[in-house]
Amino acid sequence: MLDWQLHTSRMRQSTLVLVGTTKGAFILSSDDAREEWTVDGPHFPGEAVYSIAYDQRAGRSRLLVGVHSNHWGATVRLSDDLGRSWSGPERQAIRFPESSGLSLAQVWQIMPGRPDEPDVVYAGVEPAALFRSDDAGESWAPVEGLLNHEHRARWMPGGGGLCLHTIVLDPSNRDRMAIAISTAGFYRTDDGGATWRPRNAGVRAVFLPDKYPEFGQCVHKVTHHASRPERLFLQNHWGLYRSDDWGDSWQDVANGVPSDFGFAIQSHPHDPDTVYVIPIQSDEFRVVPGAQLRVYRTQDAGATWGALDDGLPQAHAFESVLRDGLAVDTHPRAGVYFGTRSGKLYGSNDDGETWKTLADALPPICCVKTGVIGAT
Amino acid sequence: MAVSVVLPRALTPYAHGAGTVQLDASCATVREALGQVAARWPALVDRVLTEQGELRRHVNIFVGDESIAFLDGLSTAVDEGTTITIVPAVSGG
Repeated sequence: MLDWQLHTSRMRQSTLVLVGTTKGAFILSSDDAREEWTVDGPHFPGEAVYSIAYDQRAGRSRLLVGVHSNHWGATVRLSDDLGRSWSGPERQAIRFPESSGLSLAQVWQIMPGRPDEPDVVYAGVEPAALFRSDDAGESWAPVEGLLNHEHRARWMPGGGGLCLHTIVLDPSNRDRMAIAISTAGFYRTDDGGATWRPRNAGVRAVFLPDKYPEFGQCVHKVTHHASRPERLFLQNHWGLYRSDDWGDSWQDVANGVPSDFGFAIQSHPHDPDTVYVIPIQSDEFRVVPGAQLRVYRTQDAGATWGALDDGLPQAHAFESVLRDGLAVDTHPRAGVYFGTRSGKLYGSNDDGETWKTLADALPPICCVKTGVIGAT
Repeated sequence: MAVSVVLPRALTPYAHGAGTVQLDASCATVREALGQVAARWPALVDRVLTEQGELRRHVNIFVGDESIAFLDGLSTAVDEGTTITIVPAVSGG
């Protein structure tokens, strides 16, 4: 399809599924029904894409993509025409100050800011740091309070590197946000980023002599719903937790999952008590339990979890899903999507009740994000 | 002509399509040569050096036919007429 035809076609579509892989980004588009999908890509062929965001605040329709070339380093690329053209070539957008002694390895997360600060975007990177843009992703500066944190020297890299992979915003309080780092744990600021306190009470660190340290946990991902931001759900390196007080305390809610090891966790777009996870058998055998590909869902804030497997392979499925490989859209009947390390992309247009294969031979999938064009 | 810096195809967009950057001013080392390139094409050198001024792990630089990994690194001396070649290392997956 010619570029302009593809672009025009995509503008008529309502739903985007944005897939980052080890060898480029793919943009899937569909209408509200989400039955038929068009696959476009790869964008940035040969480059790894660990982070994507779609930002349509302030009248924009902007894709922000964290790309990583094995040779030439990492940067953020922008598109204001849904991938028809991309920013660049230009200077590396995210750069550590020389005084830090650090160099950017990877952009792990891109998070548009609160609705009432429509030009703010955050990025979580490796080595662990938080960057902020005040011009919708054009230029970036490190959040100094975290860059210079007194714990930094004691943060240890996990298997994926020392990455800041999760950013959680309080939608109504500009002073409060939280981040998660592997392996450092969950940190929250209540003063707009000037100071950050570890908030890991009750979260296990099975790989340390002290199983409940102040910090040092290997938090894999944290999610919440904007309507109840203080209620957080955390998938740990062993352990599935909930907090009802912005991380001041955590309770184990692994009630009915086959394993409490895993990476991906995602809140439902409309119900703060509904959350999806994809358990992994163990840290030493990182495939779905029993080689059965199942998404688990709670609808009661973790009191119980049930399997969703209609349409998913239930035998010989030696699959795993990375921390950003699970996403939801914002349609009234929510779409749920996830991608595996073997390059299979699955989607549901009915809250996860039934599943279809959207693509079955992509490169290994690093992240899955969504956008609903015109949604606010 | 003082020093020529030959670019791999992947980096030519960062130099407005040029495959070679000619440096008119004299430079004593590879680091100085890259500094002159950066003055003209800063985005190009972002891809070659980290924020700390270190050569990226999967990038090789040759002075003449020899890799600077086997010479003095970025401190390798360059002479009048030297050709510096930037090459992506053999890596990937």
